[in-house]
Amino acid sequence: MTALEVTDLGYSYGAKRALDGVSFALRPGHFTALLGPNGAGKSTLFALLTRLFVTREGRIAVAGHDIAKEPRAALSKIGVVFQQPTLDLDMTVAMNMRYFAALHGIGGREAARRTERALAQLDMAERAGEKVRSLNGGHRRRMEIARALIHDPEVLLLDEPTVGLDFKSRQAIVAHVHELAQTGLTVFWATHLVDEIGDGDDVVVLHRGEVLAHEPAADLRGGRSLAEVFMEMTAEGIA
Amino acid sequence: MTPWLIALFAIVRREALRFIHQRSRFLAALVRPLVWLVVFAAGFRAALGLSIIPPYETYITYEVYIVPGLCGMIQLFNGMQSSLSLVYDQEMGSMRLLLTAPLPRWWLLLCKLLAGVAVSILQVYVFLAIAAGFGIALPPLGYVAVLPALVLSGLMLGALGLLISSTIRQLENFAGVMNFVIFPMFFLSTALYPLWKMAESSAILRDICAANPFTHAVELIRFALYQSLNGWALLWVALSFVLFFGLALVGYDPAYGMTRRRKGG
Repeated sequence: MTALEVTDLGYSYGAKRALDGVSFALRPGHFTALLGPNGAGKSTLFALLTRLFVTREGRIAVAGHDIAKEPRAALSKIGVVFQQPTLDLDMTVAMNMRYFAALHGIGGREAARRTERALAQLDMAERAGEKVRSLNGGHRRRMEIARALIHDPEVLLLDEPTVGLDFKSRQAIVAHVHELAQTGLTVFWATHLVDEIGDGDDVVVLHRGEVLAHEPAADLRGGRSLAEVFMEMTAEGIA
Repeated sequence: MTPWLIALFAIVRREALRFIHQRSRFLAALVRPLVWLVVFAAGFRAALGLSIIPPYETYITYEVYIVPGLCGMIQLFNGMQSSLSLVYDQEMGSMRLLLTAPLPRWWLLLCKLLAGVAVSILQVYVFLAIAAGFGIALPPLGYVAVLPALVLSGLMLGALGLLISSTIRQLENFAGVMNFVIFPMFFLSTALYPLWKMAESSAILRDICAANPFTHAVELIRFALYQSLNGWALLWVALSFVLFFGLALVGYDPAYGMTRRRKGG
């Protein structure tokens, strides 16, 4: 069973079609990049995957749970890192983590234990007592990723998580999340930056609300660079 | 503890911590009703003669009359302020965190409301203690009897704030709401003058006051402070709460609410 399966998904803002007939299933335990230019519909897709938006067109299944029929079961299997930071700056890293754990119904010692584990996983253990305000952008993001793992999700969704970070922090986050995928977590990473995608990753190319391709990055680019292929695919759509 | 309660306590705790961290907000919340009590009431006392009306059994000073109204005012400001923090949360994204939690949305929003109510009740009791320090003491049991009234009036005013926050996109629009919601609700109520006084000047204004849910919140608090129950006010406040909360839930429903009107990338 795949951690995330989307079938024939559609969504419109009034007359404007944002997503049309989007279908894909993520390979379990793999890093899949959702690659698309700005305005391709990536954020709309993420809002639907996290049930911030709902649609009547198509189906989303998370670990076998249809998000329309069993929203709570589906949401409990998703870890999500939004494009916008969602942190309480005046609280410590650990307090932010425990607040999130509580929203998932995990409290007390269990929350403390999981907080510790998730922070250690992202090399953030020593920052548990620091206020989030004192962390740099890279560490804040890393904390949000750690937080998204606290309830043992089956799929981790990240919506352009490296926006606004410097090159080094960006590289570190990309590497960390690839490592997470190697431990068996299914990762779905939205981006418009091809250099965040490795040859071993899968790629879903989204353009103007439609899926143009879904295959391993190495196959997609053939002998050429991914940037070149991506430019070509999305340019064709404009012409 | 069930997941529902764990989430409730965490949300209340977060709200309380945020409130305590914002010392200026805490001070403002206390100074505002105290200014009314000490300055405004002193000036007004001379101008306004009060007759004996329920729940009072003797002549009272004007300061005593406006204490329940000022309790209501604290909750009104607090309800609007939590609403402001919700608009802020929407802009900052932490509302998304809340709404993607695997619990029913109505429960998450009710938790948010209860958190605001807890903070407002804390403020009311601090205010009542200071008022007692100024010699405005109420029946001792009234301080206990008022608690359930404060919970209900706080829920009603918080739900109104929640409803407003579901229709507002940006923080900038909020100042207008403060002027068009807080001031009319406060002045067109029995917080500062009894209904019969209002009737003397205008029958229409009196009817507006009588329909204003805030009037009933104030009366519910006023009667509870004297250990009596105003059933009509209770009903009115409860119905207003159900209406406001119901509409707020529609506003926050992903199928037709605010999230749908906000465009993604």
